[in-house]
Amino acid sequence: MPGILSIVERAYHGTIEEQDDTILWLSHMIKNAGADLSVLLRSNAVNYAVKGQDASGLNIGGVALGVPPTLDTDVVALSTAGVTVYVVEEDLSDRGIGNDELCDGITKVKRSGLAKLFDDHDAVWHW
Amino acid sequence: MTTSSEKSITIALMDPPYESGTTTTALRIMDAALRKGISVNVFAYEGAVNLTMRGQAPHPNPVKGTSIEEQDHPSTAKFIAGLFTLGADSPKLEWVNCGLCVDERGAGEWIDGPRRGGPGDLFKFSQESTNTLIIGTR
Repeated sequence: MPGILSIVERAYHGTIEEQDDTILWLSHMIKNAGADLSVLLRSNAVNYAVKGQDASGLNIGGVALGVPPTLDTDVVALSTAGVTVYVVEEDLSDRGIGNDELCDGITKVKRSGLAKLFDDHDAVWHW
Repeated sequence: MTTSSEKSITIALMDPPYESGTTTTALRIMDAALRKGISVNVFAYEGAVNLTMRGQAPHPNPVKGTSIEEQDHPSTAKFIAGLFTLGADSPKLEWVNCGLCVDERGAGEWIDGPRRGGPGDLFKFSQESTNTLIIGTR
């Protein structure tokens, strides 16, 4: 079982112009640095796991965002890199997000299972 | 009847760059207003004074393996410089950075366009504007 559980709960805070979610990006960097890490998406951050997102088109003052964030593929890349990405099941249903809308590599967890998930990790980083 | 060229909106911002989606929305509102001929006054308070810092620089993305050129990372200062081009004359973009907020952050090196001011400017802007939009930190 991984040592660190990194919890992301905010979505789309300055993400468009940043081109990445700051904590998903940080988690990937830490994984690349050798960390044993899992990620839990909860609250509004569960939307990161919805496939087919398109954040292109931002243009402010004639300055176009040429490389928009691709959060769903970033989540898949995390999973491919060996990071288990958990999503709170009830937070998905509360937002009307169905199973067929989720990208690959997601592990759903019920709220009732969170305490065990926390306990199974050495450290919990709640961003 | 007020024409769009006589209208103006005041927007107060508090969040620093890349920390809040509301800042992105505010910049889009400024863009839309200027394109409609509506002048825009901005009062940048607390962390928002960093939005216009000249030294903002693009960076590569080591997770995706992209170079600076491929990543083409935008900066809030670059977006706002574009807004100053849109609001060069009529409509006009006025941008005031709270001077005390600038001092406590050492954030005095800006792109061309903003000027130093204080809370009195927000009050004056609000008195002179068609409407005022306050976007605080949450």
